[in-house]
Amino acid sequence: MKVKPYSQNAYTPVPSAFTKFRRNCVIWQFFRFIVINIKMTVLILKSHH
Amino acid sequence: MARIVILGGGVSGHTAATFLAKWLGRDHEVVVVTPNAKWNWIPSNIWVGVGGMSKQEVIFDLAPVYKKAGIDYRQAKAISIHPEGGVDVEKQFVTIEYTGQGKEGNSEKLSYDYLINATGPKLNFGATEGLGPDAGYTVSVCTADHAVHANEKLDELIAQMKSGEEKKILIGTGHGMCTCQGAAFEYTFNVDHKLREEGVRDKATLTYISNEYELGDFGVGGMHIKLGGYVTSGKVFAESLYAERNVKWIKRAHVNRVEKGKVHYETLDGSQHEEEYDFSMLIPPFAGVGLKAYDKAGEDITSKVFNPGGFMFVDADYSKGTKPFEEWDAADWPSYLQNPTYKNMYAVGIAFAPPHLISKPMKSPNGTPINPTPPRTGMPSAMMGKAVAGSLRDMILNGAIEPTHTANMSEMGAACVASAGKGFFSGSAVAMTMYPVIPNYKKYEYGRDLNGTFGEIGLAGHWVKHFLHFAFLWKAKLKPFWTIIPE
Ligand SMILES: Cc1cc2nc3c(=O)[nH]c(=O)nc-3n(C[C@H](O)[C@H](O)[C@H](O)COP(=O)(O)OP(=O)(O)OC[C@H]3O[C@@H](n4cnc5c(N)ncnc54)[C@H](O)[C@@H]3O)c2cc1C
Repeated sequence: MKVKPYSQNAYTPVPSAFTKFRRNCVIWQFFRFIVINIKMTVLILKSHH
Repeated sequence: MARIVILGGGVSGHTAATFLAKWLGRDHEVVVVTPNAKWNWIPSNIWVGVGGMSKQEVIFDLAPVYKKAGIDYRQAKAISIHPEGGVDVEKQFVTIEYTGQGKEGNSEKLSYDYLINATGPKLNFGATEGLGPDAGYTVSVCTADHAVHANEKLDELIAQMKSGEEKKILIGTGHGMCTCQGAAFEYTFNVDHKLREEGVRDKATLTYISNEYELGDFGVGGMHIKLGGYVTSGKVFAESLYAERNVKWIKRAHVNRVEKGKVHYETLDGSQHEEEYDFSMLIPPFAGVGLKAYDKAGEDITSKVFNPGGFMFVDADYSKGTKPFEEWDAADWPSYLQNPTYKNMYAVGIAFAPPHLISKPMKSPNGTPINPTPPRTGMPSAMMGKAVAGSLRDMILNGAIEPTHTANMSEMGAACVASAGKGFFSGSAVAMTMYPVIPNYKKYEYGRDLNGTFGEIGLAGHWVKHFLHFAFLWKAKLKPFWTIIPE
């Protein structure tokens, strides 16, 4: 996809090829799955009163 | 023996009812009044709307679950609340009208000791001319049936694209006062994902239209996260995804009329615009479900119990609603969800009246409000249901005089996983947490704790979302160990 100069898309950061790779890399994402679950669990524990 | 009547068996009402039934046992009565025979895990309707799941996968029959739990289930809708009783009735009661169980259309007076209003939203398609699948031209994913219909229309569109036609798709919010941008966001990227899978993405122009001031506002005033060595606004994060997936966006928009193939909208600068579409999914604004309230003499006291939008007053500071944004405070938000006049009445989830918006109120020069209204997403809604259930348990079993449990949105966080496409290896989702939901600009530089607020997109997010689908359906069906699955 070519970015048109002065269009909306021209002013936003977009992921590099490496970032895209990491987002879909099963091994890396397995670790992220654990991290996300930990972060959400901490949040839930903090929220119950 | 106490009788607790819960109006609405959705996310918050079902949570309250099931915990109350577990904690109170058979010595007390837990009654659920809800018009639907099926329970729906609403977040997964997005996947039904793109054919990634069937309707059957996101719903189940309520009757056997309530039977197992010892809950008295009335398939009916509540019509009015009589918190002082009536002329010939001593005890407080609600009037209900059956929608099933062979008693369709029959009315009944149901007395209560405690009442929990968990009736959620009315999908107010009528607020915008031409909006919605029933009397209008746009589709919806707000109910499982709507989502099935949306998928049928999307399939027709894809078939036309496969035969070479180019199509315009418009997804977003159908009014300047909508909430639930998250659902529109998810549907946008799930449609994008589906079009790519079908090999027709190049045939579609995909546009997102929103009443948000900036993308990523989501009705909570946006959020900041730490990313790549910066503290970054969620706007940057959101726009990045739209740019990456080649989705055009229109922001600060109030859709005021929909006709076949064309949406008319006003933007915050007061100018009027049109956008053409071949397929459009626009979220409706939410209102309260229209319950009435009457005093002992039968006088209408609806305006004493509900705000003009139909949401029930609770222990919030409503005086702040008339004050400017800069004077709002975390303390304005309710803790106990208890009605200030009738203390045995509570409202949880979308049914309670927020003290004011969370995002900054905005008006166009024509006086049109264009700002998201406060979301009350699944996690806070369920936590409110559980907190009120905990308070009632302590009052009924332990003699507590006042509620004992709080669920204040300014003291709780929200975890949200927004799907951006389904597939065990090809899917992705934005996993987000924010703490607290209501920004506290006095306490935190950016309104929220940056250690408890984060967002990332990837395959792992999709796994979490899919896992939550099974976990929450498991929990809602009260299968073994359901109580250890958190809200
Ligand atoms: C498409 C979509 C996707 C979403 N995705 C997410 C997500 O990913 N994560 C998230 O956290 N949240 C999500 N949400 C929001 C979430 O669904 C709501 O926050 C949640 O359902 C609110 O719970 P509630 O109990 O207040 O209302 P509901 O769950 O809507 O329950 C209300 C219940 O009351 C019943 N009722 C209505 N009128 C009456 C009456 N007169 N008498 C008795 N009962 C009545 C209704 O039939 C319903 O069963 C999504 C919403 C939509 C529409």
